[in-house]
Amino acid sequence: MVKESVLVKGIQGKAPWLVLLLFVFLLIFPLVLARFYVYLVALILVTGLLATSLNIVLGYGGIYQFHHAVFYGVGAYGAAVMITKLGVSPWLSFLAGPLLSAALSLVMGAICIRLSKLYFGMLQISLGSLVWVIVYRWYSFTGGDDGIHGVAMPALIATPRGAYYFTLLVAGICLLVMYRIVKSPFGSTLQGIRDNPIRSEAVGINVKLQQLIALVIAGFFAGVSGILFVVVDNSAFPDMLFWTLSLEILIMCLLGGWFTFLGPMLGAAIIVALRTFASTFTEYWTMIQGIILMLVIIFLPQGVLGYLIARFKRLGEAFLPGER
Amino acid sequence: MVDFIFSICPPNVLCQILVGLSRTTILFIVTSGLSLILGVLRIPNVAHGSLYMIGAFMAFSVSKLFGGGATGFWLALLIAPLGVAILSLIIERGLFSHLYEREHLMLLLLTFSFALLFGDLVKMIWGGEYRTVPMPEAFKGPIPFKNFPIPIYNIFLLLIGPLVAIGLWFLTNKTKIGKISRAAAVDREMVGAVGINVSWVFAFVFVIGCFLAGLGGALIAPIVNVTLGMDHTLIIEAFLIVIIGGLGNVWGALMGALIFGLTQSLGILVWPQFGIVFPYAAVVIVLLFRPTGLLKSTW
Repeated sequence: MVKESVLVKGIQGKAPWLVLLLFVFLLIFPLVLARFYVYLVALILVTGLLATSLNIVLGYGGIYQFHHAVFYGVGAYGAAVMITKLGVSPWLSFLAGPLLSAALSLVMGAICIRLSKLYFGMLQISLGSLVWVIVYRWYSFTGGDDGIHGVAMPALIATPRGAYYFTLLVAGICLLVMYRIVKSPFGSTLQGIRDNPIRSEAVGINVKLQQLIALVIAGFFAGVSGILFVVVDNSAFPDMLFWTLSLEILIMCLLGGWFTFLGPMLGAAIIVALRTFASTFTEYWTMIQGIILMLVIIFLPQGVLGYLIARFKRLGEAFLPGER
Repeated sequence: MVDFIFSICPPNVLCQILVGLSRTTILFIVTSGLSLILGVLRIPNVAHGSLYMIGAFMAFSVSKLFGGGATGFWLALLIAPLGVAILSLIIERGLFSHLYEREHLMLLLLTFSFALLFGDLVKMIWGGEYRTVPMPEAFKGPIPFKNFPIPIYNIFLLLIGPLVAIGLWFLTNKTKIGKISRAAAVDREMVGAVGINVSWVFAFVFVIGCFLAGLGGALIAPIVNVTLGMDHTLIIEAFLIVIIGGLGNVWGALMGALIFGLTQSLGILVWPQFGIVFPYAAVVIVLLFRPTGLLKSTW
């Protein structure tokens, strides 16, 4: 209880300032730094948004969403196919992509939600793999294993800088919305279900329905990060739906700390930045990633941010508005 | 008799079915190991596909070392799985055995970290080129029977499958350690309470499971290109098979492998471009009706 009030003070104290400072930095740095960094940070934002959307169901919901990347890929492909094959306006496609992901999430969720924990996760992997196989093989429509490249963007976001600012804007809004969701009564219900599903059921919560809603929300935001990837990279390819990416974003959540809101974003930043720099001097990035993951599991199971909170409470509060 | 069968089912279709069945054999061997580990240790071993790949690469090296002939092939079939088993014993004793109390998600990610590590280790040791393992002269070419175009090696695989199944059945049902491990799958505390060292039972099961992965890799090596990335597609197939069979049920793994292998080979016959989609669709259909798998899970 005491801890709780300290944390509340933390929110009202420094946290908004630090977030604001970070935001200002993100706003002005493309004006000074090279194009490469702009692309890198945009990629971090996209991946971080994806990891954060996963964390809504994983960290807050306690649902084993093993194949989250499917919704990312479907959002990206939805938009890319609409623009290149069907000639739909890009802005409209950006709206349609996430909605497609949310719809898929509803269907897959409705099938999987009957099961729990590991069974849920494995059924989800199998359904997701079906989607992957279809995308991978349907050459005439999705471009098969080549994917779709050179998706034309509206002039406003066609430059790297334009794409970056668009990504920053959309990712920022999405993070705020997700934060509101997590802090809403719905978010509390979700966490209650995670901590004690049986008791939640007993107090009259429709557990499966709440979880399904969470899945749809997470799917929608994963779709948003999918279309942002198309904006940043102008392409979509089948690896975006492959199961290894899903486990990679799980690593990001774990690395950052999945009981924290900004943890996954931090994890994504660490992984994406490390991958980019490591791959310039070694071809064995995957091994480095494996070793990092191993060390985190053994020594830091609560994640970097979780560790910081436990270790340096004050610092943790500053970085992390109102988490346990 | 043969003509009668051919009149119902053309030779090429029959052939496709038999080739599909021989592929099923390999899937079954690998998956039964995965299922065993999942059933007793409750670890969804993502590194299983990597061990299969290592088995195939080891088979390549051993076969090359002994000159690539029949001797090389048989020694590879013996040594490669043993090598994989030793490797798995090291990681089990070194790391997994200390972390069994963690939740499934952590264990899954831990095995994934090994999958990442092994993937790059294989790249370091064997490089990224395609490798082939020569098969003995006796296995080359189609069977000498009625111009029936099925390779002898596939018939050999079809014989190995039931052998492994019987061996596993014998191990789990007729030996003491097998019975103990089945008991540990149901209630590990109780098994510990009667004075059995559960930790070593787990090590035993883990090593057997990984041995099967290595065996599968060594068996498939002569008929495919041994290459990086062969772990990625296999592990997802193996997971799907385990799920439709029922987690931890070895017979379920057999049924799952049959469904997966047959729908795949027939699917390719019916619709070459989308043949790969059929087994995945079959898995989804099975799971829609039986979400926890066809047979009873040991969980």
